[in-house]
Amino acid sequence: MSSAMITTENLNVHYGSIHALKGLNFEVHQGEIVSLIGANGAGKTTTLRAISGLVPVTGSLQFEGHDITKVPVYKRVELGIAQSPEGRGVFPLMSVQENLEMGAYSRKDKAGIKKDYEMCLDLFPRLKERLWQMAGTMSGGEQQMLAISRALMSKPKILLLDEPSLGLAPLIVAQIFEIIKKLNQDGMTILLVEQNARMALKISHRAYVLETGKIVMQDSAANLLNNDEVRKAYLGV
Amino acid sequence: MQDFVQHLINGISLGSIYALIALGYTMVYGILKMINFAHSDVYMVGAFASYYVARWLGIDSNPSIGTLIILLLTSMFFCSLLGLLIERLAYRPLRNSPKLNILITAIGVSLFLEYGGQVVFGADPKVFPDVMKDFVLFSGAGIELTSFDITVLIVSILAMFALDFLIYKTKLGKAMRAVSSNPSVASLMGVNPDRIISFTFIVGSALAGVGSVLVGMKYPKIDPLMGMMIGLKAFVAAVLGGIGSISGAVLGALIMGLSEEMVVAYLSSTYRDALAFGILIVILIFKPAGILGKYSVEKV
Ligand SMILES: Nc1ncnc2c1ncn2[C@@H]1O[C@H](COP(=O)(O)OP(=O)(O)OP(=O)(O)O)[C@@H](O)[C@H]1O
Ligand SMILES: [Mg+2]
Repeated sequence: MSSAMITTENLNVHYGSIHALKGLNFEVHQGEIVSLIGANGAGKTTTLRAISGLVPVTGSLQFEGHDITKVPVYKRVELGIAQSPEGRGVFPLMSVQENLEMGAYSRKDKAGIKKDYEMCLDLFPRLKERLWQMAGTMSGGEQQMLAISRALMSKPKILLLDEPSLGLAPLIVAQIFEIIKKLNQDGMTILLVEQNARMALKISHRAYVLETGKIVMQDSAANLLNNDEVRKAYLGV
Repeated sequence: MQDFVQHLINGISLGSIYALIALGYTMVYGILKMINFAHSDVYMVGAFASYYVARWLGIDSNPSIGTLIILLLTSMFFCSLLGLLIERLAYRPLRNSPKLNILITAIGVSLFLEYGGQVVFGADPKVFPDVMKDFVLFSGAGIELTSFDITVLIVSILAMFALDFLIYKTKLGKAMRAVSSNPSVASLMGVNPDRIISFTFIVGSALAGVGSVLVGMKYPKIDPLMGMMIGLKAFVAAVLGGIGSISGAVLGALIMGLSEEMVVAYLSSTYRDALAFGILIVILIFKPAGILGKYSVEKV
């Protein structure tokens, strides 16, 4: 088995008195696409925020075998963790190009940055036509492409994607999932949060099902797709 | 008509001084969403720092372009340092507190500096050192351009261009804009928001430091409460232009400077200071976001 990139043990997150994550144990291995699925408020976004360091945690959170619970957010990027956050979070008053440059903020290798920049524009030709447009004036789908590209610009080892299909037309959703699959085939490890459980499971290797801050099921994506409970609760059949 | 052109020049000169100070309010607001009431007192401390350094160096009796540069650097340095300290000691510990607590703290810091200034510098006005000789550079068609006016214009325009370059053309400036737009997303990109916030205070305070030398040169009477009125006007200018907006602050300050000059010229000088309050009330009623202010819209 390939090496574990993210490992958590008894991971807890509290928002004041709200206990949002209740002792999660999970792993993401190198080269995998792992999905987190669950209803609204289950704690999916919180899990990604915890990995990126945006919320304080208790328990153990390891990245490539090192505990990172004390590493501040802005240093985790350098380690190789990138996130395309829920709601995309593009910088609305910056151009597409500037948003992409922000993604590479922590990098110094000019040539590498240039290469990844070209790679992103090849991946999303739509962005290429809109380099000078303010990100805030782009359509939701375009913003999603930008958010994913911006995350890629840090040259991450693992990409955390929070609901990349949110609010997008089916055609664009399919396109984005194709790209996620392709990124993974090129070696990117991906932790994917999705409401659209069917699409997510179809491209994932494994998945965890979250319910009110706990992992209630974990299996290969193929098994979960055929699991009756999952089908009823998350696939709507 | 000639009078009008002269007033236009004076108004722009006054407005560019307001702009230097207004930029500090707007930058800090842009990044922390708070009004740094102590900003005008940082400006005051810059004037006193120049005063003491000039006397210490003995350059106050020998005005030259060198004096101007030394005093500008002195004032910028001490203002930046003070701005940095205020942010570190007073505002940073309250980063996650309710906005009201931070606002009250800002007022507290302002009062502390004003009254602390009276203790340290004395409450009596002092005479700002001669920065340069005031002479008429150009005279004709009823218009006079003095060396002071030209200096004020050149220095403030240079400062504003430098700021514009910093914010829109450098990596640091991009990070500043990113943090002001969304600090947690910026940190996901590898930006340390605290460092950017400190830097913003440094830059905003340095601009106020430029302002205090220019004002000291033109109106050479300095005292620990000197920041109050000009601070208020600069603040109104920032609100008028749309607080948080860089170009808005400059625009608001120019409008402010011009209207003040015109009001004094054509109405009465008693309205000089009332004008700022008048403008503030009018904007708050009709366009609370200011001329260039916008509430950014997020797509869901
Ligand atoms: N900043 C916060 N303060 C307080 N409670 C929060 C905060 N953020 C999230 N929560 C709570 O934590 C729980 C998990 O939220 P989270 O955003 O992780 O859910 P999610 O699974 O991503 O949901 P969705 O599918 O709706 O995005 C919810 O009950 C939510 O109300
Ligand atoms: Mg969520």
